Amino acid sequence: MLIFLARRTGYMVLTMLVVSILLFVLLEVNGEAVAVKVLGPYTTVEQRNLWLEANGYFRPVYVRYFEWLGNMLTGDFGESIRFRAPVADVLWPRLANTAILGGVTFAVMIPLALMMGILAGMKEGSKLDRSLSVTAIITTSIPEFASAVLLTFLFVFWLSWLPGTSGMTDGFRPVELILPVTVLVLYGFGYIARMTRASMVEVMQTPYIRTAILKGMPYRQVIMRHALRNALIAPFTVIMLQINWLLSGVIVVEFFFAYKGFGALLLEASLNQDIFLIQACAMVAVFVAVTTQTIADIGYTYLNPRIRFA
Amino acid sequence: MNEHRPPDRESAEPIKPPPAIVVTARNIILGLWGALRLLRESTVAMIGAGLVGFWVLVAIFAPWLAPYDPNAQVLPFATPFTEHPEGGTFWLGADHLGRDILSRVIWGSRTVLFYAPVATACAFAVGITMGLFAGYKRGWIDDVLSRISDIILSFPILVLYVVIITTFGASGLNIVLAVIFASAPGIMRIVRGLVLDLRNRDYVAAAQTRGESTLRIMFVEILPNARGPLIVDACLRLGYTIITIGVLGFLGLGLPPPDPDWGGMVNQTRSMATFAPHMTIFPVIAISSLVLGFNLLADGIREISLND
Repeated sequence: MLIFLARRTGYMVLTMLVVSILLFVLLEVNGEAVAVKVLGPYTTVEQRNLWLEANGYFRPVYVRYFEWLGNMLTGDFGESIRFRAPVADVLWPRLANTAILGGVTFAVMIPLALMMGILAGMKEGSKLDRSLSVTAIITTSIPEFASAVLLTFLFVFWLSWLPGTSGMTDGFRPVELILPVTVLVLYGFGYIARMTRASMVEVMQTPYIRTAILKGMPYRQVIMRHALRNALIAPFTVIMLQINWLLSGVIVVEFFFAYKGFGALLLEASLNQDIFLIQACAMVAVFVAVTTQTIADIGYTYLNPRIRFA
Repeated sequence: MNEHRPPDRESAEPIKPPPAIVVTARNIILGLWGALRLLRESTVAMIGAGLVGFWVLVAIFAPWLAPYDPNAQVLPFATPFTEHPEGGTFWLGADHLGRDILSRVIWGSRTVLFYAPVATACAFAVGITMGLFAGYKRGWIDDVLSRISDIILSFPILVLYVVIITTFGASGLNIVLAVIFASAPGIMRIVRGLVLDLRNRDYVAAAQTRGESTLRIMFVEILPNARGPLIVDACLRLGYTIITIGVLGFLGLGLPPPDPDWGGMVNQTRSMATFAPHMTIFPVIAISSLVLGFNLLADGIREISLND
């Protein structure tokens, strides 16, 4: 188990290193392009060269890479061009906001998806199963920006029940979270529900479930005590991997509802060519994604006795 | 009970290599017809095929179906059913620049149904090649390709697109390249898994004994037998790619204006949705119905293949 943990962690560090090299090559290697983005397109070559000299861009690439990596690791992401402030000061509050949005989304989505998946998987091919499957297909077919538009029409313009933007300009108001969370849940729950259903269907066909039913155990108890334990191992991994998906989803939803979160920040940075901010956002996003994947792997191994004791 | 006995080697016919697959117009039409007849088994697949087919026809016949030039600026903010000054009607109204929304939705189907299939097909070409090599050759090729794809797949997908588009700029070609870069690893994983199973089959051993080249074994012997799951995945992926192109357009990172693209139409008009909702609602319905079509088709095909 210890060797496994060490290998997974080492692998995670390796992935992060490769990603950092990739980002460095994409965004930093060409010093001239960096200078244009920082100083603006209407600067002279001399001005750019002065800036490049002052910031050490004429040193060899590998020296620059290691310095850049060191700065990234210590949380010194440079200065944002757009916000005229250190990237770290801009980034952390935005990340906290996104953590709130993501947390609420997960708190709603996971119980809902698991319950639907279990109910559908208990009786494969039943009416309930078919209708839940079709519902899941329809909701995952509507892109987030499309369901955001449709829900806004319904609840903001037509019924006027909810606010249409989530900028939190008058302090934190939970009611502004309802629409963004609904959009994310609608798009995301279908996948978890289908995975749970598939896993549940598989477990329900195993001999040990048949034995439990045949020996006269109450059906409720068969499901709760025997089926769920094994059926929920696979969805655990899927749920952890959904965090990766959520990091994409928040970009669209935060942009649409003007929620001041991490996704909107990354998009704003990208549209304004604010490269230091993009680097920091991308690194943080990949870090979160890779960490959750590693946790998912370790957790799966821990939960599944067949792997744990093998 | 019949005992299964291996055929007698001496008396058996000499093993001939299988006939090459000939691509002719007749074969394509026969293949499509056969596929349609298979789809009749599943209602879900038929609905999906209907939605997809509708949009494909709209895209093909866009120049004849669209009542007006999609970029002509005539009557800003015209509501649906307003009369066009040059005769005719704005059936779905006009946008903030006075362009006919029906014509833009119709022409927009061309944009999306050109870029999405092209990008997906290229991604499959790359992913299938990678997967065949990784799964059939194994060894260090497998290790290297699998590591690379693990790393690319660890990126949150939209973050990856945003970084690529920011670096290389928004254009049709760059979007296609970004889709290939982001989707090929996922396809590779699926193909690799299928190949690991198929490479131990008897017909592969037979081909090896006949002395067929590795490339021929991979592409002619193994690949056609992996097509079932790949067709389902292709339908799903086409849906995702359409969503991706729509989302990029919506975020302002998509194809440059003025040519109509559904995501871009939503982006440009959504701030005015309070008083002119018709400008955003129709492109949204269009993209959702097309993606739904592909997803239903994928589900139906999966259902049919499970019945066999």
